[in-house]
Formats: sequence, C-alpha cells, structure tokens
Amino acid sequence: MSDIPTRASVVVVGAGIVGNSVAFHLADLGWRDIVLVDKGPMPNPGGSTGHASNFIFPIEYSRMMMELTRDSTRQYAELGVLTTSGGIEVARTEARLQEFRRRAGAATAWGIPSEMLSPEEVAKLVPYLDPNVILGGLHFPTVGVVDSLRAGTIFRDRATGLGALRVVAGVEVEGIEVAPRGATGRGPGSRVTGVRTSAGLIETEHCVLCGGVWTPRLARMAGTHLPLTPIVHQMISVGPVPLFADTVGEIAYPIVRDVDTNMYERQHGGDMEVGSYAHRPILVEADDIPSNEEAALSPTEMPFTQEDFDPQLAEAVELMPGLLGDEAVGIRYAINGLISMTPDGHPLLGETPDVEGLWSAAASWIKEGPGIGRAVAEWMTAGRSEIDVHEADVARFYPVQQTRQHVRARARESFNKMYGIVHPAEQWESERGLRVAPMYARELELGAVCFQTAGWERPQWYASNERLLATYGDRVLPRSGEWESRWWSPIVNAEHLAMRDACGLVDLTAFAVFDVTGPGALDALQHLAVAQMDVPVGKVVYTPFLDDAGGFKADLTIMRLGPAQFRVVTGAAHGLADRKWIVDHLPDDGSAVLTDLTSAWTTIGLWGPRARTVLERVSDDDVSHAGFPFGTCRTIEVDGLAVLASRISYVGELGWELYCPMESGLRLFDTLFAAGQPHGLVPVGIGVYGTTGRIEKGYRAYGNELTPDYNPVEAGMARPSVKTADFVGKEAHLGHRSAPPAATLCTLTLTDPRVGGPEARYPLGGEPILTTTGERIEDELGRPSYVTSAGAGPSIGTHLLLAYLPPALAVEGTELRVEYLGERQAVRVAVAGSTPLFDPTNERVRS
Amino acid sequence: MELLVCIKRVPMVGGRIAVTADGLAVDTKMLGFTVSPHEECAVEEAIRVTERHGGSVTVLTLGPPEAAEQLRDALALGAHRAVLLETDGREWGPAATAAAIVAAIRDREATAGRFDLLLFGNEAADSADYQVGIRVARALGLPCVTAVKQLEADPAGGPEGAAGRLVARREHRGATEAFAVALPAVVTVKEGINLPRYPSLPGRMRARKAPLDTAAASFTPDPLERRKLRVPTSDRKGAEILGRGPDAVPALVDLLDEMGVLA
Repeated sequence: MSDIPTRASVVVVGAGIVGNSVAFHLADLGWRDIVLVDKGPMPNPGGSTGHASNFIFPIEYSRMMMELTRDSTRQYAELGVLTTSGGIEVARTEARLQEFRRRAGAATAWGIPSEMLSPEEVAKLVPYLDPNVILGGLHFPTVGVVDSLRAGTIFRDRATGLGALRVVAGVEVEGIEVAPRGATGRGPGSRVTGVRTSAGLIETEHCVLCGGVWTPRLARMAGTHLPLTPIVHQMISVGPVPLFADTVGEIAYPIVRDVDTNMYERQHGGDMEVGSYAHRPILVEADDIPSNEEAALSPTEMPFTQEDFDPQLAEAVELMPGLLGDEAVGIRYAINGLISMTPDGHPLLGETPDVEGLWSAAASWIKEGPGIGRAVAEWMTAGRSEIDVHEADVARFYPVQQTRQHVRARARESFNKMYGIVHPAEQWESERGLRVAPMYARELELGAVCFQTAGWERPQWYASNERLLATYGDRVLPRSGEWESRWWSPIVNAEHLAMRDACGLVDLTAFAVFDVTGPGALDALQHLAVAQMDVPVGKVVYTPFLDDAGGFKADLTIMRLGPAQFRVVTGAAHGLADRKWIVDHLPDDGSAVLTDLTSAWTTIGLWGPRARTVLERVSDDDVSHAGFPFGTCRTIEVDGLAVLASRISYVGELGWELYCPMESGLRLFDTLFAAGQPHGLVPVGIGVYGTTGRIEKGYRAYGNELTPDYNPVEAGMARPSVKTADFVGKEAHLGHRSAPPAATLCTLTLTDPRVGGPEARYPLGGEPILTTTGERIEDELGRPSYVTSAGAGPSIGTHLLLAYLPPALAVEGTELRVEYLGERQAVRVAVAGSTPLFDPTNERVRS
Repeated sequence: MELLVCIKRVPMVGGRIAVTADGLAVDTKMLGFTVSPHEECAVEEAIRVTERHGGSVTVLTLGPPEAAEQLRDALALGAHRAVLLETDGREWGPAATAAAIVAAIRDREATAGRFDLLLFGNEAADSADYQVGIRVARALGLPCVTAVKQLEADPAGGPEGAAGRLVARREHRGATEAFAVALPAVVTVKEGINLPRYPSLPGRMRARKAPLDTAAASFTPDPLERRKLRVPTSDRKGAEILGRGPDAVPALVDLLDEMGVLA
C-alpha cells in the first residue's frame, strides 16, 4: 500500500481533466498540502477523460458553457496540447439551416468566428463528404482537438513542481468523514473532517469531488446527493483510412458534426472516429461500473453493444461513402463510453449545500475541464470565480430534482437532444407535476398551460382567456414565425392587456420564502443587502445582494415582519443558491437562523387598476392608498383568512402579493377569482409576470440582466446614496459609483419586425447587438452587447429588448441592429437606464 | 470449397475475473461477449480460403439467443451463412455440444451437400475443454489435425474421390509438424495462424440484415460436470516507474538485458 499523507489542506478526488485542473489551479492560487487521489493508475486512471474524443467546438447555447470552453481552449493552448483543425456542422434539413443562422448569430454575439458554407464549400474542406446529402454547413475555423491526458500530466507536474501537490494513485476513496456543523445557527448539515482511503485516513476540511461518473457514489459517502448519472456514448474507430496515410499529426481535416443524425466524424491519426448520440439512452449506475482490474478495457469503456449502433451505420456511410464505405477499412475499436449526465445538462459546481467543505466539480466535458477547474479553485479561494458559473451551481436542485428517478428520466429525455434543435423555452415531458400549487386543479380547469421551474408547475397562460384575442385583435402582436411561436401563445399578450385594463390574478406559489429571525437577524441581512434593512416593521425592501467584487449575487425582496423577523422572498430558480448564500453568512453564534417556508406559504399576485376594488370586496381592512401605502406589508383578513399582503409589483400595476398558508391557498384563489369577475379579473400566467409586464417596466431579472458580470450602477439600480452600514461588496460598489459605468442597461424597441421577408420576426433573447454597419459591440471591459431579455410590449405596441450598451451607444434614439436568424433587424434605444417605457412616472403602481 | 466454422460466444474479461456466487460461472453482469480468439482466427482462415479458391463459409454456434451477435460478427467479416443452435442459456458440456453439432452438420449436408473443411478453435476461451473439434471429427469419421498454426488448402489435390487436399502445420516441442490430409477434414486452429481482419461498415450493414438459420437445441446433460470455479490468488500487478527522462535509461537497459532481448 502506498504511503499517503495523514493530513491535507484539501483532498481532490479523481485525476481526470477536472481533478488535475482543480489541483493545479488551487496550487497556483497559493494552496499547499494538496492531495490528489485516484483509484486508477496515472496518467490514465480509467475515467471518462481517458476515452474522450477530445475535440472542442467553441459554440454553446449557454453563455457560461461558452466562456468555460473559451477559457479551457486558452489553457490547452498554453499547455501546448491544442491542435486546431476547424470543425463543420452539416445540415440535412431546412430547420437545421435556420438553426445554423441562430447559432451563427450567437457566435457573433460571443466573438467566435463562424461562416455559413454551401454543400460544395463543405466538400472542398472535407473531400470525403458527399455534398449531395447535405443542404449546407456552419464552419467554425477555431475548432480544435486536445490531448487531455497530457494536459492532466502537465497540470500535476506543475502543481508538484510548486511543492503544493502529492499525487496518490491506485488508492481508492472508501469514505468521507463528516462531523456536525456545530452549534452555529446555520441549521442542519455537516462538515468534512477527512477522507478515508484504502491506504488510510487523510484528515482535511476540504474535499473536491472530481470523480466524473463515480461522483454520485462519492457524494453518498458524505451523506449527500449529487444528481448525476453515467450514460453511454457509443463510439467506433475505423481504419486504416488510405487518405489519412500521408497526413502529418493527429488531425488534418475538419471535424464534422452530422447534427441531424446525432453523430460526428473526427480524424484520429490513420483512423476515423465515429461517435453517436443517436442510439437509445443507455443508463448505468455508478455502482455497476467495473473496477480497473475487472474492466476489459477501462472502467468507463464498457462493452460495445453493436445492435445499438448498427442502425446508424447507413447514415454515416451515406455522408462519407468513399471513406466509411470502403470495404478495406475496418472497425478497430468500439466502446460504450461512459459520460456524465445531469438533469439539466449543466455541470455540478460549487460547495454542496448539505456538507460544508465538500465541493463538487463534476459532469464536465473535455472542452470545459480546465476552465471548470480554474473556476472552482477560484471559488474555493476567493468566494467567486472570474467566469460566472451560477447556472452550474450544485445548489440549484431541490430534493425532488435529486431523486434517482428524476435524474434518470431527465438524462433519458435529453440524451438524444445532444445535437438537437432545442428551443430556449422548450419544456420537459418527463417528471412533471412534482410540485403544484394548492389551486393547481382550478388552474387546469381554466386551461392553464404550465411551464416548469425548479420542479414547480406554473401556468404560463390560460386557454380560457382565448376569448380575449377577439377583444384585442392585432394589439396582441400575433406571430407568424414558427420558431418564436413555439412555446408561446398570443393569449399571453391578451392577458397582459386585460390586466392593464382591469386586473389579473397571478399564481406565484413557486416563490422561495425564508424567514430570518433572531436577535442577530437585522445585522445578518444588513451585512448582505445593498439597501438599508433597518427599516420600520411593515416595510418591504427590494434589494440586490452583491459579491465581493460588487457583481450581482441575488435580487430579492425582504419584508420586515417584526423587530427580529424578516421574510425573504426570491425566485424559484435561484431560491436554493440564495438560501445557501444567506446561511453561509449567518453569524456563528446562532443569533440569527433561517427557516425555509417555501413549502408552507403560497403567494397570489393581484394586480391592475381594479385590484383595490376587488380586494375591498373581500376584505374589511383599509387597503386605500393612504391606509396601505406602496412598499409596505401587513396581515389583513380576506374572507376569513389571515393574509400577509405586500404592496409591491413586478408588472407595474397597483396591487399586492398575497401570502397565506399553503392549505388555504385554494380558498384565497377562489375568493379573489369570484370577487374579481364583475370587474374583469382574469387569471394571468407567468408569460406576463416574467416577460411582458416586466419588460415594459424595465424590471431586471436575476440571471438575465443581473449577473455577477454586471453591477448595480450599470443596471441602473444604484440608489441615491449608500448606507453607512457595511455590506458584502460595499467597497467594490463604492468604486463602481465613483466612475462612469462601462455599460448601461437599455431598453430597445424593434423598429420593424419585417425584414428579409413579409413575415414579422421577433428575437427571443441572446442575440448580438450590432452597429448599423454590422460591427460587433463590446464595452471597454470586453463584454459584448447582446439581448439579455426579449419580449412583447403589448401596451407599447412593439417588441422590446434589454441589452447592456457602452456609454457612447447608450443614448436614447441611437439606431442599432440585432442579428436574428441571419437577418439584421433595426432597433432603437428607447430608454438608457431604468426609466420604464410603460408608465415612466410609476403612477399606476402608486395610485 | 464449402467450409464450416464453429464458434462460441464467450465473456470478454478484464484482468480480474469475477465468479458468480454459486461458483459455477463467470460473473458476466458487467462484461461484454466476444468470439473465442482461436475461433476468430478460424473464421478469418476460412474466409481467406474462399477468397483464394471460391466457395462459401458457414458459421455455426450453439448458444443462447444472444449468440446471434457473434454470428453477425462473423457475417460482417465475410462469412456467408450462419446457423444458430439456440439453447436456453444453460452451459453445455463438450460431449453434448459435439453431438448437437454433428446432428446439425448431418442435417445440413443431407440437403445442401458436404462441407469440405470444418474449422474449430483449438479450445474455447472460457471452458477450455479441448474436445469439441476432435469429438465431431470422430463422430463424422473425418481426419483431424489440432493446434494448427498454418494451413494450405488445395481443392484440386488429394486422392481420387477426395474433395481436395490440405497441408496443416503446427508447432510441437520446438519443431514444426506438417500433416497432409485428404478433404473433408476437421482442423482446430490456434491464435497466431493469421491476423483477423476488422469488420467494415458495409460488412456490418450487410450482417445486420442477413438471415440466421435458427434451430432449437434441447439441453442434454453431459457426462462431464463442472463442480466449482475458483479465481487463483495472484499478486496485484502495477506499473513500475523506472525513472524519468534520460535518468531512466540505465534501468531500462538493465531490464531489457534481463529479458534477454538485447542479444
């Protein structure tokens, strides 16, 4: 048995591309006494890195993944293991060509070179491809291949060279020792105290799980769950290819992604690798992966199941008939390679919410490995990473999303979409109805079309409101473009107009709700919030939380319910991450505690010019403007229910968020619904709440406009003055206020939705903003201008876009372009800053 | 020439073999399956003979329904027909296996004519009984050469009435033995007789659609009974790092010297 250290500052488990990168970057950031453990031998311990196809396409649907890939590519180049080959995605269908135009737009937004090619132009670059099979291609000249095993070795060598790292190979982790978090007020949970291995115990306070497909098993050792499942990706290697006999190096021809058949073809020396995501989803349990000794090849190179791959052969041969159809070229290697899948396809990064000191850096591809290693190391060291990885925060899954059934169902559903044309609003088919509001049955009777967020079913619009379409006619801004009509209905805009004309009832049950209580509660929240928290009881405070660099960490409302009781309300999608941020900053002495009330309270929004009239019909309390001013909250009686009413609005209308216990939610809904009927009340979906109503008012959304990359000054959310109390990010925030912003969030209007054809087309978000001459726009910090949110503004009568623009362009009236589906549409800066386009003086909210 | 090759579906094992709880079988829960290596070479040899002299190759296996996979592997390489004697998944002994194969051969020869050459692997990769080929030869009254590492078939040669002539060579105690036999004959071959080809994509596509001739084989107990499998204990082997860069050279030279490859 190896002689291993008995004590380490951090134990990194898994020496794949991620673990090696984490170990190196921790060393680079000053950590010492790092131990890297792997049960397998170096340099290929047998995980997914060892069988990876190792190619990197720069483009992604998520900006985070794109930035991680960009950083990884830079690191691979610096390590000297990157070979640029170029890569081409080929289209076999018209729908795919349209998708390419969207992708090319995204590439432009992120500054990635790309070019649409005709079939003949593709064949010029890939002479063995039959141009008659395809309709066109999208060429990415910067695509490359890497030697990920060599990169890992260099990472280890560098960290070892710094005197910071001990590599322990051939030693298996058998347990992760934890102890109670202690008598702090941070609630239940535990902390890491050591890692038990087959060669003895290593005491440590930090353990980073980089075990790829084995990570769920490792997490269980510490008593927590990581929602990840191993899944098979089949690959064959075919050779010797006569054409490749004379090429120098590993690759001389561009990699081809035959995306409509879910396959890729990539030269590897004298062979052609053909990989597939087209076969049936084959899920494996982490416990069923053979050991290094038992495996015929390596543990993650499972026996090839020919019958799963066979149906795809014809399409591969069809695309490259001369090369793959050559009888003399044989299948020399074929595997069911294991890769990691998560319920939403994103990696699992960050400290686990249940176990302090237990970090996850799992579910990475080769193309993100080095970048993920750097991000996690930075996060462990400084509390934030240069690249915003909040979308991949391991703290994003509620318990219902962590079950084995959920993970497997979602992996199964998403596997064949790997190269799919996935709409940004596309909904899952599996695992629905996990979390429903108390009025869910009533909503279904009203024809609710539900979208799922954080496991919650939320009505996006109500089919019963279809009658409103006749009322509003063309004011609902009907769409004829197929893409923007998907997962959308003009009913959303009709509901919007009906709410603005009369009033609407919005189910907000999905809100995450926490009470922070105790003698230290005020100080604890004062320390996190930018806004003043020492307000009278009954005040509602809307505030961001910042990170140390002054970027957005959260965006939420806090009601002061008592001298030592604060109720925090935040969006469902970020609720868990926000909760962790608060809990992590609670005082050690237990003087403030957080209680999660998400499952205890339901919320119904009642908004519109007649909201007060409706509420007055069912409550005897004073809800007049003088008696219940904007920005206040208190408990009122509604039809025999004690209801916490909060007079705020995210849609720019008079009204209240009405909170009551879950079990009374149905009654509250029915009461309000009935009382509202004579006044034109309609049920209103999240399509209005999250998009149209919000955007008309220029309200910012966390994750869209509010990200760690931007600050309150740029977002137009800086208050007139800064409170004297200290808070996280204050120093950086003061710095941001003392200089002109590098970018300003603006509202833009679409000048003419008809461009390049008779059809009106409406961007959906993520598109690049260009100058009138088609130039990319970047601010002085190198941040590109792109559409952060897009949606209809039915009360304005046009489509609206939000985007950060550099100062010279953030001027009202500036003419710009947005690139959508390969066309450049004229847009105009309507508002620079946070003044709402609709009701700029906020009279409606304060009426 | 008409050739028959008998193959067996066997588990593809790694360094450490796991045995089922009852100790009677290799635990295949995490394993894939393949054709015994000797038999892969037999298939390759048969295809080469037909490439040179014409004719066709029939592959036959006795095994569970999943053994169709191994037959298709052989078809993908260039075999022409495949016969599956389908079992219920129980392991058959060598005597019963040989009897079932003999019956199938007689059946087939009654309608489709004689096989000129019957190839087997020298022994199966899993059970290693070394018996089936010899038993089949004996039952059919055919000459048999075992452990063959080189083979030359001559359909025109041989005595009057023979289907041809065959020279088969094998290694024995440092010498090479050559046997000349008249066809039809049985030959069991060993790995190394050739380097089997890989299947091409068009080959796989043809094999996928090719019909299999399937017949049920009802289980027959064998006089030879397996009682227990045991995995021998062995020291865990690991790679030993001799050194890094040029510093490793002396140790490497010493090792090569020790292995006697530096002559």
